[in-house]
Amino acid sequence: MNLPEQQFRRDAAVKAGDLNHRATIQRNIGLYHAAVARGKTRFADWNEGRARLAQVKWDAINHLDRYLEQFARNVLANGGHVHWAETGDQAAQIILGLARRRGVRKIVKAKSMTTEEIHLVPALAAAGIQAVETDLGEYICQLRGEPPYHIVTPVMHLSRQDVSRTFQEKLGAPPTDSAEELTMIARRQLRQDFLTADMGVTGANFAVAETGQIALTENEGNIRLTFSLPRIHVAVVGIEKLVPRVADLALFWPMLAHSGTGQAITGTCSLVGGPRRDGEPDGPEEFHVVLLDNGRTRLLADVAQRDALHCIRCGACLNACPVYRTIGGHAYHTTYMGPIGCVITPHLRGRDDWAHLPYASSLCGACAEVCPVNIPVHRHLLQNRRNTAGGWQRLAFKFWAWTVQDPLRYRWAGKFLRCAGPFAKLWTDTREWPAAPAQSFRDWWQKQNPHPNPLPYTARERGLKKISSPPSLGGEDQGEGESRSS
Amino acid sequence: MRVALFIPCFVDQFFPQVGVAMVNVLRRLKIEPEFPADQTCCGQPAFNTGFWDEARPLAQRYCEIFAGYDAVVSPSGSCTAMVRHFYPLLGVAPPATYEFTEFLVKHLGVTDVGAAFPAKVTYHDACHALRELGLKDEPRQLLRHVRGLELIEMAQAETCCGFGGTFAVKFPFISTAMADLKVTKIRETGAEYVVSTDSSCLMQLDGYLRRQKIPIQTLHLAEVLAAQ
Repeated sequence: MNLPEQQFRRDAAVKAGDLNHRATIQRNIGLYHAAVARGKTRFADWNEGRARLAQVKWDAINHLDRYLEQFARNVLANGGHVHWAETGDQAAQIILGLARRRGVRKIVKAKSMTTEEIHLVPALAAAGIQAVETDLGEYICQLRGEPPYHIVTPVMHLSRQDVSRTFQEKLGAPPTDSAEELTMIARRQLRQDFLTADMGVTGANFAVAETGQIALTENEGNIRLTFSLPRIHVAVVGIEKLVPRVADLALFWPMLAHSGTGQAITGTCSLVGGPRRDGEPDGPEEFHVVLLDNGRTRLLADVAQRDALHCIRCGACLNACPVYRTIGGHAYHTTYMGPIGCVITPHLRGRDDWAHLPYASSLCGACAEVCPVNIPVHRHLLQNRRNTAGGWQRLAFKFWAWTVQDPLRYRWAGKFLRCAGPFAKLWTDTREWPAAPAQSFRDWWQKQNPHPNPLPYTARERGLKKISSPPSLGGEDQGEGESRSS
Repeated sequence: MRVALFIPCFVDQFFPQVGVAMVNVLRRLKIEPEFPADQTCCGQPAFNTGFWDEARPLAQRYCEIFAGYDAVVSPSGSCTAMVRHFYPLLGVAPPATYEFTEFLVKHLGVTDVGAAFPAKVTYHDACHALRELGLKDEPRQLLRHVRGLELIEMAQAETCCGFGGTFAVKFPFISTAMADLKVTKIRETGAEYVVSTDSSCLMQLDGYLRRQKIPIQTLHLAEVLAAQ
């Protein structure tokens, strides 16, 4: 078992049994689901909206070569700079190099999973450049030395009391139970950082090809400060973030907000189009876009799974996923967690190391049901399993297929399985094995119905008293049938 | 109308009473189903684990065995979804296969099968029946017409029970924690029985309920409909 799987199994097992964790997540996700349910009533036809988003993303991803060029040309025309990074490390080095050349000592950072993906903050810290998270959730993560727990809500796993304790320990703040006061504590710290930072780093929710702008969405207003106060703005943009037109945002923005938090639209939506121009009162002197591949073109080359790049990182599939809700976001040890993380991580970071993730799903399909861009997430999990299926398991399934292709072999295997409880430790450690019925359905059928084509085996009938008559259920009889005895 | 029964392997081996109940309900509706004796498994365990090539011969076998019937009826939304939605991915054209409640309500237009079952019941939405086949209201319509039955909805009825085929033994600690949450919601209803369309979910729930010594019984919907 490789290290990522060991870590996953260890941490998932701990969280699965943590009832405090369950209570916090049930409460927080319960609030989310209530808000989303209310929010969706604003849409005349939510599913039509999903179909449209999927169509736009399909166009963008399948013509990515064209749209990327168009986007880059427009960024340059707006006076910005474009950098192409093939790997996460390259992207971090580009930003680090830029910071060094411009004498940057402090960086304020907006919430961005893409910067998490390229491990930007540790790379900067190693070079002696301080990078401060300005999103409240990310700021709390940074203080605690934890990665984000969730794509959208980085500290979903914490209660207000947990946050207050963190502020007391790390900032010497007084204890409080008020969300407003906690926000103010962070704000007082962060305002100083905004004013003294030389560079602001953001991600991008969308990159608009026709204008060369990036679209950013937030609720706290810190992203606006991040890209407008420091003299340099760097946006780290995964190449899949492209949308063709500004007009596309009219549907993407509200549907992202709905799926992310249940809001009609987030508090602040910004379109950033480059450095400050003559006559403009504010804005950065320099605007840089780092376009990041980091495995995305591998996924793009896979026609069967390319549409996983349609993801707009709303986090809805995480909230819908009963596995995510059970084991939490940290157990995955990936940047992108939950169902979509289990789909894309093996593509982005290597099939062999992350082959276990697609199996950590009951394939219930709740993820696909809520996806605002209609990605059939659970089908991709099946496809991922297929991509890596092999080894001793293939032999086992070959043997199994050989067994069940023949009614006689199947029948003997069934007889064994019925009393296999003692051997099925992985099941029986926590659950009872079903009581073995006296005979199978086909035994009963054969006994009841003289079949025109005799069955290809000689049944040794042992009788099935309760079952051969119509089942009498209800009343005192319940549970006394031979097949259901417990 | 020639109707064939498809009794999934684990129903055949572990829950034969579910198949028997289905036969009895169909006979009550004057349908005499056939049981092609060569049938075994639909191939889903291999397919779901990623072994499509190993699943394909079973899909082809299924199609040969059930060719010529007007309808194949199965007491499992999961196996029905495998046949209907995943056989095409294996390049196999599936015969018309219906989940039992789907067959009754959508195909036959029957919501009252003349059943009586005086008890408090809560219904668990099996994932494949719900999301792959779109069966939300059909099982409930049938339950509402059962004499004496009181249907109490649980919170998060649509949340997975944690079975998930090989998932249940590949990640037993996650699977069991999911069952535990589900059981919590079931208990909150005060129901005596938890009913579903899939024996696999019920095997998971029953296994956990019995281990925890919680006196709530699991029943397949067909068993409730067979009761009179």
